[in-house]
Amino acid sequence: MSALKSLNIAGAAVAVMLGLGLIAPKWLLFLTTLAASHGLAILGVVVLTRGGGATFGQGLFFAVGAYVTALAASQAGISDAVVRVLLGGLAAGLVGALVAPLLARYRGIFFAMLTLALSMVAYGILSKSTALGGTDGFNLARPTLFGAELTGDSADYVLYALTVAVVGLASAWVFVYFRSSSGLISLAVRSNALRVEYLGASSRASLALDFTIASVLGGLGGALTALALGHVDPNFAYWTTSGEFVFAAILAGYQSVAAVFLASFGLEIVRSFSNLYFPTTWQLALGVFLLVVVLFRPGGIGSLWADRSRRPGARKRGERASVKGGVAP
Amino acid sequence: MTHLLSAKGLNKRFGAVVAADDISIDVPVGQKLSLIGSNGAGKTTFVNMVTGYLKPDAGHIKLEGMDITSFTPRHIARLGICRSFQIPQLCLELSALENLLVAVSAADPEGLSLWKPADAEDRHERAEELLDRFGLSSYAHRRVVELPGGVRKLLDIAMALARHPKLLLLDEPTSGVSAEEKFATMERVMGGLAHEAATVVFVEHDMDIVARFSERVIAFYSGRIIADGQPDAVLRNTEVQRYVTGMTQ
Repeated sequence: MSALKSLNIAGAAVAVMLGLGLIAPKWLLFLTTLAASHGLAILGVVVLTRGGGATFGQGLFFAVGAYVTALAASQAGISDAVVRVLLGGLAAGLVGALVAPLLARYRGIFFAMLTLALSMVAYGILSKSTALGGTDGFNLARPTLFGAELTGDSADYVLYALTVAVVGLASAWVFVYFRSSSGLISLAVRSNALRVEYLGASSRASLALDFTIASVLGGLGGALTALALGHVDPNFAYWTTSGEFVFAAILAGYQSVAAVFLASFGLEIVRSFSNLYFPTTWQLALGVFLLVVVLFRPGGIGSLWADRSRRPGARKRGERASVKGGVAP
Repeated sequence: MTHLLSAKGLNKRFGAVVAADDISIDVPVGQKLSLIGSNGAGKTTFVNMVTGYLKPDAGHIKLEGMDITSFTPRHIARLGICRSFQIPQLCLELSALENLLVAVSAADPEGLSLWKPADAEDRHERAEELLDRFGLSSYAHRRVVELPGGVRKLLDIAMALARHPKLLLLDEPTSGVSAEEKFATMERVMGGLAHEAATVVFVEHDMDIVARFSERVIAFYSGRIIADGQPDAVLRNTEVQRYVTGMTQ
């Protein structure tokens, strides 16, 4: 499948989602908004995992994006949703770019623990900062969009549409990145970093780039989540938040962008209904589900269609091969 | 004579083990040089020092007059010294074509791109040309993990060629290949290299291959050079026969 065809499919998916949003009940609209914005943070984890980095600290960037979006309104008087989301993503990307060169020196458990440590430092700072609401966090005012006030039920749809649009654009770019030369080198680093160095490319630079991309995506996800919830608190940076992102990333696998959002949506559905019907044991259901995926589909749900496209005979004779490199739409 | 590579007085110790003891080697442009010696003699240590994986305790290495002793493998690769490995270093999850696209992308003078496809027309053609040159076209879409050892060896060497290296170091290009296939494999390697202007240094244990494919042979023993010259002369050397080939008369 060509990149253009895949991107067209992504565009069509966004259009369908926008259409479905018009008829979806309010609870589903809200749940999908949360799933899609969380999906961005999970996509960041997938980008990093695909490049050989295991993060337990994606919550840091999720929180930075959320808090910057909130502070942009309360401290700088910026009310426009698009500007606030972009600021959230940029701020998280800046933090990511600053720590990436340090973290890229490490691999495996050391890398994972350092990311966890950074997110827990952020959690500690946010919890102790009375100016930022301490452990309770603080509420956000309703955003505007291009100068228009968002009120009533239409506000929910506009935030949903904004989230879907950002998710569509970010996913399309990640898809392009996965197929790019940098994206392929990133995949090679995961498989054999030593050989990548001997070929003249930098495995550290590749990991640092993936980390920065992951931080931008985490920030965008946090910003959109903050707008949807109308509230931010330090739990955005807590390790359980990062753990949920890793959970969904494992569920999705790193071979498909679409699988990330399916996994995120599935997680939100399970969480919502489990909380409703068996609130004290819903983590048990999630744990069993993850165990089944790891045992029977270790490549994640994305491998269901990504693997099929790689099987012998899947490609027509004479057709020019494309870099699957572990990526499907 | 112009020396492409010049190593002077290299020393390397691993604890009590002397892996390189005052090793000095000049390699002229275009030469096909083989390094022989028993296991632990210091051949791979020399290759690892030249490619930046190991830093010598003493001595220096120059490429076309530039001191590269303290350079990293990445910088050295960019300067034109590439290598293959005794155990092929490949990306097992990727196909043969994708492995070559990794190599071709890393070697692209335009650098890496965040949006230009890895399989853009020019890169794809180069990767397929390398596959074809080593007779690997039929394996293009097979994952490396499914490929036989001999094919992996050739793919490893093809990847090292993606950068059009000035100096190519091949660490035991026929190890792991069956005795019947060794000559065919080496013929294919040398056939593939015929298109390149690369100077070739290869580590080899098979003396028939050494005699047939090299213009010069250096024999190592216990971290030292015990013979250096044309293949016939080195292979007749009594020290080489005693310590390396085991063909004492």
